[in-house]
Amino acid sequence: MTRFLALAVGVFITLAAPLRAEVAITPVTSESGLQAWLVEERSIPIVALDLIFAGGANLDSDATAGATSLMTALLSEGAGDMDAQAFAARTEELAARISFDAGRDTVSVSLRFLTEDADEVIDHVRAALTDPRFDDDAIARVRGQMLSKLRRDALDPNTLASRAFAQAAYGDHPYGRVSDGSVETVAALDRAALLAAHERAIARDRVFIGAAGDIDAPELARLIDRLFDGIPQEGAPIPDRAAFAAAPGVDVIPFDGPQSVIAFGHDGIARDDPDFLTAFVVNEVFGGGRFGTRLMESLRVQRGLTYGVGSFLASGLLGESYQGRMSTDNANAAAAIDLLREEWARIAQDGISEDDLSRIQTYLTGAYPLRFDGNGAIASSMASMQYQGFDIDYVNIRNDLIDALTLDQVNAMAARLFDVDALYFVVVGKPEGLE
Amino acid sequence: MISRLTVLVVIGLLALRAAQADPVTHTSLDNGLEVVVIEDRRAPVVVHMVWYRVGAADEPPRQSGIAHFLEHLMFKGTESMDPGEFSRVVEANGGRDNAFTSWDYTGYFQRVASDRLDLMMQMEADRMANLSFTEDDWRPERAVILEERGQVLESRVGGQFNESMMAALYKSHPYGIPIIGWRHEMETLTGQNAMDFYAQHYGPNNAILVIAGDVDTAQALEMAQQIYGPVPPNPAIAPVSRVMEPPHLAERRLVFEDARVGTPYVNRMYLAPVRRAGDQAQAAALQMLAALLGGSSTTSVLERRLNFEQGIALSAWAGYNGMSRDYGTFTLGIAPVDGVSLEDAEAALDAVVAEFLENGVDQAQFDRVRRQIRASEIYALDDVQGRARQYGVGLSIGLGVDDIDGWVDALDAVTPDDVIAAGQFLLDRRNSVTGYLTQPTTPSASEGAQ
Repeated sequence: MTRFLALAVGVFITLAAPLRAEVAITPVTSESGLQAWLVEERSIPIVALDLIFAGGANLDSDATAGATSLMTALLSEGAGDMDAQAFAARTEELAARISFDAGRDTVSVSLRFLTEDADEVIDHVRAALTDPRFDDDAIARVRGQMLSKLRRDALDPNTLASRAFAQAAYGDHPYGRVSDGSVETVAALDRAALLAAHERAIARDRVFIGAAGDIDAPELARLIDRLFDGIPQEGAPIPDRAAFAAAPGVDVIPFDGPQSVIAFGHDGIARDDPDFLTAFVVNEVFGGGRFGTRLMESLRVQRGLTYGVGSFLASGLLGESYQGRMSTDNANAAAAIDLLREEWARIAQDGISEDDLSRIQTYLTGAYPLRFDGNGAIASSMASMQYQGFDIDYVNIRNDLIDALTLDQVNAMAARLFDVDALYFVVVGKPEGLE
Repeated sequence: MISRLTVLVVIGLLALRAAQADPVTHTSLDNGLEVVVIEDRRAPVVVHMVWYRVGAADEPPRQSGIAHFLEHLMFKGTESMDPGEFSRVVEANGGRDNAFTSWDYTGYFQRVASDRLDLMMQMEADRMANLSFTEDDWRPERAVILEERGQVLESRVGGQFNESMMAALYKSHPYGIPIIGWRHEMETLTGQNAMDFYAQHYGPNNAILVIAGDVDTAQALEMAQQIYGPVPPNPAIAPVSRVMEPPHLAERRLVFEDARVGTPYVNRMYLAPVRRAGDQAQAAALQMLAALLGGSSTTSVLERRLNFEQGIALSAWAGYNGMSRDYGTFTLGIAPVDGVSLEDAEAALDAVVAEFLENGVDQAQFDRVRRQIRASEIYALDDVQGRARQYGVGLSIGLGVDDIDGWVDALDAVTPDDVIAAGQFLLDRRNSVTGYLTQPTTPSASEGAQ
């Protein structure tokens, strides 16, 4: 018995030094002044290019909620002299992978293409970004799909829980509503609304660019200038910040299903807070989406109350909260909430142990290089790190920052972050013992 | 015409160049463990996977879900490791680990810095033969899998609908039983059931080791020999033997009514051939058929006709799964726009398929699909875990490395006539089940949903 253990511990100690991420990032500035981060990797003849435009669905007015989402979905539905069929056929001829996505805070564009076809793919995507058609038949078709999704969401307990939580937390701010809008607002969106949404969102003043793969800096500079030829300098102003305002307590939304979905949380930590990384580390110990967290240990491993429970720092462009999610049989919902409160109070009061800290430091520093294991993953990280405001050398010092955290710092953050008296719960289901 | 040909040739060369840069090695140890090593030195990361050729389709009667329950219990310790220690050690080394169960296989994997591969091997070799847990470990875990069924299946009406479709498609083969198990049987599973299943099916002579990433092949094989080599073969391992399907003489139809249905749709599943070792031509033709009918949300035949031209579908789809041991499935479906009944939608879907089989393949679309398939071979090289998975699944269901490496060539060899010939079986509904997913329309269903 002990032999294997001793061996395991021995290996653990000799390997405990954190691995370097070893990502060589080249900053690129194009002739027209666009900035990009590039990781050159020439062994596979493909290029990954990611764009993030800050703003997203938050730029919609209340009356046009959903406009940015619908506009983004229509970017691949016809541009220039190509209708939707022709645009898709051209994408297929180029064997390119092109996706446009809208979120609460961003519109993002993700491109994967063969090095050979770079110019053709860039011209194709530029047409979509600068000259989308928004044909009436395409609007009607995609709007119908979006309305169908909204009706489906209205019957999905997970979506219902997240919506109710956002509404309680942020009220009338754009953060309080759904990025995809409502059946009423989406049904009213017309071509003029989509053109306006396009003008608001797609601009040079808010874009972050990451690239990886079979391309060098001069070539990338040339390609992004080609891509942005015709894209306006300025978009719409970003809205004001949102304050977390949900009152503590439990709201139950009746729903017929075998389980209760529970959304929980309170105010959070801003992503530009000097101690954000400390909060990130505390959350990894507490509920960071892995097996070994306190929440998983208490609710799943010891008691079998759930398949999964996790917590996350929901720190957005305009506001921050600290949230978690779980599902459990209706009969267990009240017990689960009691346990969540217990764990919340315990970590605020007692913090984590020296052993917890060193374990999580080893885990986080060791796992960091795993994020950079392919061109696609790297390009998306490069764009996202710029959007989140990191310096270009962050990737190479991040592990040192984590290792430098002391137990006092981490536990001060635990006391600051976790506030059991502020906890707000939304329960969607037929929970027993809750009203 | 000429320019298109030129492009295809260039793509072919690119694929060849890239494929040569990434050798795949396949061998076996004396104890029967098959080993696949895929070198990809771009990042200092390795994926370590062990696949057992056993899954939910090999369960004894009245124990549905035992293969998946055992997968969970594999993290509950061995004679030398405490419950949960496996994952703790992986985490303490900066790795991620997880596991998955299918009808045909059960897999365990870790992603970790490449200099920690030996530790992963030691732990995985240990639990290949020395699993050990107590009642205090398995009882809460049984509650967990019941919660899992509640969350991922019973709370999702589409999941329950699909479960009903599969149960109707298979008259006797265990693919008709859900992988996670029927609730009433899961509630009776015990740790002893899991241990019996383990003793019957786990061992190096029923497993495939896949190592992919930043390794030197010779060193990885040497390490595998040293660490897995001493694990004795399990004499209880027997060839896969399952209840097979009788001839299907009547199509099956079902209506699934539930108040939680937001978008009603029609789905149809046909029993279809699978990819066979040394014989993938028919499967390749079916894959091309699925790509032409449903491979694009814009240009595929079903979307173009039913969504763009007739305007009666929100979406329409086709798919083929030939990556299983005994039977594959071919799926067709349509979600109609408001105001179109499921009956009319189904009739329109059938008419478009019949028209396609009658009129033949559009050559321009066919060429575009072929281009994308060639390119996908290059894109796949950017995803080392995906590559590892391809070999793991393939070898688990009885394919050889040659079959996996030759799949794109098999697709490339398919002609338009092959596609139409492969699609003829879609006109025979006796091999199929058709399901409607809809809001309750009858009073009894409304009550049942309360």
